[in-house]
This record gives sequence, C-alpha cells and structure tokens, in this order.
Amino acid sequence: MVNYGMNLCVLYICGRAIRFENTFGSPVVWWAMNADRGSDRGWFSSVSPGDPETYVGAIADGSANEPADWPSRSIESGVVPDQSSYYELLHAATQATARAQVRRRERTDDQRLIHCIRAMDDTERVANELAERVSAWSSTTDTPVSGIDGARELLSRSPTQTDDAIAAATDERLVSLAEQVVSLDDEATALRETIEKSMPTVAPNLSMLAGPVLGARLIALAGGLEALAKQPSGTIQVLGAEDALFAHLAGRGSSPKHGVIFVHEYVSGTEPSLRGSAARALAGKLAIAARIDHYAGDRRPSLQAELDERIATIQSRGDGDE
Amino acid sequence: MSDRLPSGVTYRTIEGSDRLVTEGPPVYGEPTSEGWRAWDVRRSKLGAMFERGMDTGLEGGETVLYLGAAAGTTVSHVADFAGPTYAVEFAARPVADLLEVAAERPNLFVLLEDARSPSEYAHVVEPVDVIVQDVATRDQAQVANANRQFLSDDGRLLAVVKARSEDVTADPETVFDRFLDRLEGYSVLETERLDPFHDDHLAVIATPE
Repeated sequence: MVNYGMNLCVLYICGRAIRFENTFGSPVVWWAMNADRGSDRGWFSSVSPGDPETYVGAIADGSANEPADWPSRSIESGVVPDQSSYYELLHAATQATARAQVRRRERTDDQRLIHCIRAMDDTERVANELAERVSAWSSTTDTPVSGIDGARELLSRSPTQTDDAIAAATDERLVSLAEQVVSLDDEATALRETIEKSMPTVAPNLSMLAGPVLGARLIALAGGLEALAKQPSGTIQVLGAEDALFAHLAGRGSSPKHGVIFVHEYVSGTEPSLRGSAARALAGKLAIAARIDHYAGDRRPSLQAELDERIATIQSRGDGDE
Repeated sequence: MSDRLPSGVTYRTIEGSDRLVTEGPPVYGEPTSEGWRAWDVRRSKLGAMFERGMDTGLEGGETVLYLGAAAGTTVSHVADFAGPTYAVEFAARPVADLLEVAAERPNLFVLLEDARSPSEYAHVVEPVDVIVQDVATRDQAQVANANRQFLSDDGRLLAVVKARSEDVTADPETVFDRFLDRLEGYSVLETERLDPFHDDHLAVIATPE
C-alpha cells in the first residue's frame, strides 16, 4: 500500500511537469521525466498481471516514440497468454490509472493556482515596497530613479567611481537591492504567465469569461473551484468586498455593487450608474461558468456570446439616456 | 442511407420515432428498447455524420482511437459497435464520467492524456483502423497530424472541426479552410457541415496519403 501511494505521487508530479512545462518542476522532476522518454517498450513491460499496484505507474508514467502492435508483443513476451487476456489486463490498468489521476488532479489543481495567484500578489507588493526604498535611497546619489522601472534603469547603468568609501559601500548595497526588486518583478511576471497558461485547463469557462487572472483570484477568494461552484452569484458579485459588505450588514454604508470583478472591463468599462447591473450580469455568468468547470469540465463558447449580448444591452441603456 | 452504417448501428423505432441506435448499456438517460440505445444525433457529431449519410467507411469491429472523448456520450456508442476503443480525454472531470461508461464496456480503454502529445500514450495504443477526433482546442489540424502515426495505411480519420474552438470571432468557413490547409499527410475524401444538428462544425473524412 505504501508503495502504491509513492508511485502515484511521482507520476502525478511528472504529469504536472509536462502540462505546466515544468513550471512547478524541479531538476529532479526533469530528470525523472526525461529518463522515461524515448522508451519504446509497451506499457506492460513493467506490469505484473494480477498486481494492481503496478498498473498505474505503467500507464501514466510511460511513453513511446511510436505505437506498435502491443497486443502481439505482450503475448510474445509472455506477459499474457492470449489477446482476450491482454485486453482484460489493459482494461483493468486503464481504469485504475485514470481513476487515480482524476482523484489526484481534482484534489490539487485549483489549490496550486491559489498559491500561484497569492505568490503573484506577494511578489508584486514586496517589489513595489522595495522599489520605493530604492527610489528614496537613490535620491541621495547623483542619479535618482523611481519605481520598478527605475530599479531596472539603475541596474543598467555603469557604476560611478567614487573616492568616498562610505558612498562606494552603500551604492553597492543600493544596486544589490535594485537587483532584488527586478528579480521579484520578473517572478511576478512569470507567475502571471503560469496562471494564464494553466487556468484554461483547470477552469476553462471561468477563465474564458473572467480572464485567467481574475478567474484565479475568484477561486482563491472562494477557497477552491468546488467552493466557488457552490457560491450563489450574489456572493461571487461581492467576493473581495467583504469589508464593505459586512459594514453594510451592520447598518453602516450602502451595499457593495462589486468585489474583485470590478477589474473586469465589463464592470469598470460600464458607466457608474449601470455598474451594479453589469456586475450582477457578469457574476451570474461567472457562477454558471464555475459550475460547468467543476461539474462538467468542457468548454462552452456560447457562454461568452450570451455575456457579450447581455452587457451590450445593459450598456445601451446608458446611451439611450444621453 | 443505412447501407452505409456499420454493422451494430441501425435504425429502430423507439417511442414512436425512427432513431439511430446501438446495442449496449445506457449511459446518458437516452431512450432504449430491447437493449438498443437511441443515439442522440444532436449531442453526438459522429451520430450526425451517420444521420447525414456520410461514407465513414466503418463496418463494425474496428480498432478505434477516439480523441476528445469527453464524458463518453459518443464514445459509448462507438464502443458498442467497434472493437478495442481507446478514448483519450485531457480534462479530469469528464473522465470521471467516462470511467463509469468504460466500467460496463470491456473494450473501452480510458486514457487521461493530452491529444497534442501522442508520445504520452503511444506505449498503450496499438495501430488503429479509425481515428475519431472531436477535440475542443486550438490548432485541431495539428492534433490530427500528430496522431496520424496511429492510423493504418488504409485507415480513416473522422474529424469534426469546431470553428468556435479555433477562433470565436473568425468566419467558420475561414477556420475550416485553414484546418484543411494545415492537414498534412492525409487526403480528404469528404467534408460536410453538420448544421443544424451542430452549428459551425465541419465533419471531415480523410485517409493517410
């Protein structure tokens, strides 16, 4: 049993590494992936018939450059006596493998993306904070800079020569700090790209309607795709505006019209008096998208057309008044 | 029309109407009669190809590689009349349903893999007589090209091109032409739009060159 669990774990990581092009991978994963490439042995070469613990690794972990007459080869190599027992074995193996993969993937895909989006926010926030420090510090030098672009600019300059020992020592630290800023900013960009690449697989419809980053943000706020799929659209509409919502519920202030979905162009690009309607329409479609993503998983391009049409109708109301 | 149907696929009267049917355990709540299951041609593009009388070349009992099996609506019917049927689907959630379909069909083999990376399943899939392709990704021609290695010399590719998966904004005809242009190593035998059963879908029947 212990062995089975270990197997699952390794092959799952390999699967991820391939799909995310090694985004989550480590050198060890790379090695494991490449070690199995180009093998032209059938899946059954590492299988002991009757021992289900060997099935999952055989199917999920293996690969081959090209197909071959695997049924005949398995009989020749003595793995199975005849064709019907080959297919019986293959059926047991594919069922066990796909079941294990489904279980494992469903459990962790959205959680990985939640870490990605939170790490992206963290790196952006820290990069900005440190960039402010670099700006303030650089104003004591001959070449003041500002912001993250300023930190980049500072790195591209050749260091000024000075006889002042203190200035030389502190300038060196300033440059080093600017390097950290740039490196954090690059990491934030890489995290964003990873989210953009992965979201269409994890939540195709949500990603299509909301955009990958906003979609991931909604999943993070809800705590997972399943949790998001179970939220009513009114909750999705105000996710991220909890402070305002609870202030309203406590009798202070008006009810929030939108949470993080404000960043969607359909909300922010709609004139203020109609934003509540636009936010409600968008949240309704996002709720449907999250449910399809969680319970069905296929892509439904018609959702986008329906949303576009609904928003166009709402926005045209404003045009009419003017 | 029905002389072009593979053996195991036929028409029967179910609930008062003439329906395309296969024989097997029911899957998605379709009407049945004496073990025959109605094949909903509005939910299945391959079903629509039969309904349209396209010459699929299928006779029954073939070895099939099905790309984009989703929850198994169509592939369940294929497994009813075909031989060993390999069903590739990349999304985890529909595979959960597909596994239940396969549990009752010993000739249906589920692979949770990406149809764009055939080397990940070439160690399992044997050379096949037919590839059925119904994938919802961009660059569907690339998927067909990459999987041609599985097809025997006189085999058939039965592909359905979804215009909206390639490019929602482009004119479907443009998308279809681009698909046919990019198809490599195949000669196209027949194409037909599947409207009104399936809007903006083109069925393509091809064989290796």
